[in-house]
Amino acid sequence: MSDEQIPAQGQKPEQPVEVEQVPVEQRAGDAVAAEKAPPPPASNRVLREILSSNWLISLLAVVVALLVGAVLIAVTDPAVQKAAGYFFARPGDTLRAIWESVSGAYISLFQGAIFNPKRGDFVNAIKPLTETLTFATPLITAGLAVALTFRVGMFNIGGRGQILIAAACAGWVSWSVSLPAPLHILLATVAAIAGGALWAGIAGVLKARTGAHEVIVTIMLNYVAFYLISYLLKTPGALQAPGSNTPKSPPALPSAVYPTLSDLLGVGSYRLHLGFLLAILATVWLWYLLNRSSLGFRFRAVGENPHAARVAGISVTRVYIVAMLLSGGLMGLAGASQVLGTTTTGFAAGVDAGIGFDAITVALLGRSRPWGVFFSGILFGALKAGGYTMQASQGIPIDIVLVVQSVIVLLIAAPPLVRSIFRLPKPDETPRARRPRATATPKVVTK
Amino acid sequence: MTATTPAAAAPIVHEKARVRSWKSPIALGVFALAGLLLAFAFPNTGETTFTLSTTADAIQLAPFVVPTQLTVAILAILLVLLALGAAAFVQLGSGRAPLWIAVVFAALFLFTFLTWAAAGKNIPVPGMLVGTLALSVPLIFGALGGVISERGGVVNIAIEGQLLFGAFSAAIVGSITGQPVVALLAAMVGAMLVSFVLAAFSIKYIVDQVIVGVVLNVLVTGLTSFFYSKVLTTDPSLNSPVKFPIVPIPGLSEIPILGPVLFRQTVIVYIMYIAVFLVWFGLFKTRWGLRLRAVGEHPTAADTVGINVNRTRFWNVALAGAVVGIGGAYYTLDVVGQFGKEMTNGAGFIALAAVIFGRWDPIRATLAGLLFGFATNLQSVLGIIGSPVPSDFMLMLPYVVTIFAVAGLVGVSRAPAADGKPYIKS
Repeated sequence: MSDEQIPAQGQKPEQPVEVEQVPVEQRAGDAVAAEKAPPPPASNRVLREILSSNWLISLLAVVVALLVGAVLIAVTDPAVQKAAGYFFARPGDTLRAIWESVSGAYISLFQGAIFNPKRGDFVNAIKPLTETLTFATPLITAGLAVALTFRVGMFNIGGRGQILIAAACAGWVSWSVSLPAPLHILLATVAAIAGGALWAGIAGVLKARTGAHEVIVTIMLNYVAFYLISYLLKTPGALQAPGSNTPKSPPALPSAVYPTLSDLLGVGSYRLHLGFLLAILATVWLWYLLNRSSLGFRFRAVGENPHAARVAGISVTRVYIVAMLLSGGLMGLAGASQVLGTTTTGFAAGVDAGIGFDAITVALLGRSRPWGVFFSGILFGALKAGGYTMQASQGIPIDIVLVVQSVIVLLIAAPPLVRSIFRLPKPDETPRARRPRATATPKVVTK
Repeated sequence: MTATTPAAAAPIVHEKARVRSWKSPIALGVFALAGLLLAFAFPNTGETTFTLSTTADAIQLAPFVVPTQLTVAILAILLVLLALGAAAFVQLGSGRAPLWIAVVFAALFLFTFLTWAAAGKNIPVPGMLVGTLALSVPLIFGALGGVISERGGVVNIAIEGQLLFGAFSAAIVGSITGQPVVALLAAMVGAMLVSFVLAAFSIKYIVDQVIVGVVLNVLVTGLTSFFYSKVLTTDPSLNSPVKFPIVPIPGLSEIPILGPVLFRQTVIVYIMYIAVFLVWFGLFKTRWGLRLRAVGEHPTAADTVGINVNRTRFWNVALAGAVVGIGGAYYTLDVVGQFGKEMTNGAGFIALAAVIFGRWDPIRATLAGLLFGFATNLQSVLGIIGSPVPSDFMLMLPYVVTIFAVAGLVGVSRAPAADGKPYIKS
């Protein structure tokens, strides 16, 4: 259809500015421009669409995912199964059993994630919220790391490996160096950032120099890091705790441990630590980097269309390397918050706790925007914190959180699906009114 | 790499450029050096025994005993000669070391290493080969599925999820019906369901295929772990499928060494032999394969000649899922016998590595799967005989090799041109 517009536009060569004014013709102009410059790769276009869909879709995706979780909870509940056996005799029983199992599960999820009035005074009742933020801390920084690469049109699936290497670096500094507290914390954190950046940098350099796809390289580096850390944890003198036979590291020295909220306030037994503050700072930093700095502009330009960015004089290969380094550094921060904040008594090879993969879902839910990632990290932190309570009190396996998370992300990645479930209008339906007018131009002219 | 030089009066001369590739002589040189180090810097004394037969075999072969230090030294010198030979081919011959040198070198190096590592001990060759095949079967089915899907232009990161869901479906249906054949079909259908989600999201909704693949792995892990913890552990009768019986093939299974390994197996392994051939034959000799490759290499051209690109992709991704599902069934209906939480343990990603290392070719991917299975199995063999090389490094090997492969250090690994790119008809 757009091809038909080109000759019509050609009839008025003295007014080429008109192209800017009529949207349909502008589209035709884009088509012409697209013939001159190569179009951006599909992944860039797809990521842009993910970025541009609205918050309503996110909300609806969360609702659908919780409904899917509710179905899983209900069908596996023995009480529901028993009541369903005589469903046609007394359907009310089945419905009541479903309501009880699902509401019980989600109430305990809420109590585990936000506020539990049964815990007595306010200091204890609010503890679940601090647990949520504790779980959210590494998710936020790791999510920022993935979001950063998304904005450059890349994928960082290697969170697991980067967090493991970062944890090893931070861990090693935390028990083998002795320094006064603030310096020690700083040095251990910097070591983690450097370790993560190094591991991610391998993928960045290989992509820039040899064109190796970063998805494959980062996935493979995950396993390389896992076996490397497993080996070091089994080797006395490397990461293994002295005098121990288990593959576990020694505890961090107190001077390297992130101070907790309880240390600050002097009340309660909150585990929320300095890492959360670092996560907020990282969010602000990434927001500034992407939206206000020239480096961020280059990142986004490469993310929109690397071919155009190269024509504009941006070194695309350097952007790939720098973006992977920064992304790995953010992953490293997540690793630091694990070994210096959450599990300070020594770690094993499972210290990444699946954060590297959760980070992808966090970044997608947050639409790769720093503050979006921040809040989606908190949401997934709440699901994790609540999931453990739900497992303990209702006997519902924590794995259901994985299901809810992945359903959220699948739905968010496919806005047309959510729109068709809820019969929402398409976002680009408004310009349709102009179409009849555009086609009203006699077609004979175009031939 | 031909350069044309149009001279003014002279006829056009096609000058053939000789490209010398020094990568393989250098790589072989490094390994030959490692062999020399094993022989002379860290010599192991004693005798190494290779057991060739098990007690169940009809034809008994005597164990193969070699003196460790002498054998390793001779082999190391042979390795050096081979590396020099490869260099000679590059300098004087065609400019490229022939493949057979690399293959012979790899076999000799492996023999050198095993002889050195097992000084004074016994390596059970049949057991090692059986273990290799057992670990390779899911990898090969996963790699075949990956090849089919990626040849059609859809990146399949979800092999892990398809294997896991295949294993899960086979366990449940096999326990309920007691029929391994029905369970096998259920595994294929289960993995195909995962494929349908992958295909629907990546083809209809044009979601990035890597994202769908990664998320599907999380979804399948979550679903199967949830049902495992909630249902299968409380009711173990749902997790006790009837396994396939071992069916020795008369005659063939009596071949020394290889016979028991290859032909004293279950139906699933025999299906694998047929599947490897069928996928190779189908891809390169039939109209189906031509169309599939056309869709993966140049969808616009395929569309122009009347192939429905997205329909072709959709059904081939589904087919790929069914193939991977058989590999999943191998866990629950053959080698393990029941479902376990996250029991595939990264095999899907090794299969993906095999696809890439095998350059998107079914035969090469199968060989890569065997190689990775062998490397994984070698660490357990070396663990038993108390090898000086840490097992973690053997486990790391497939992944490191793949990184080298995609970085172009070991051959050139080039994906189908339209792999991972959705086709939007304009």
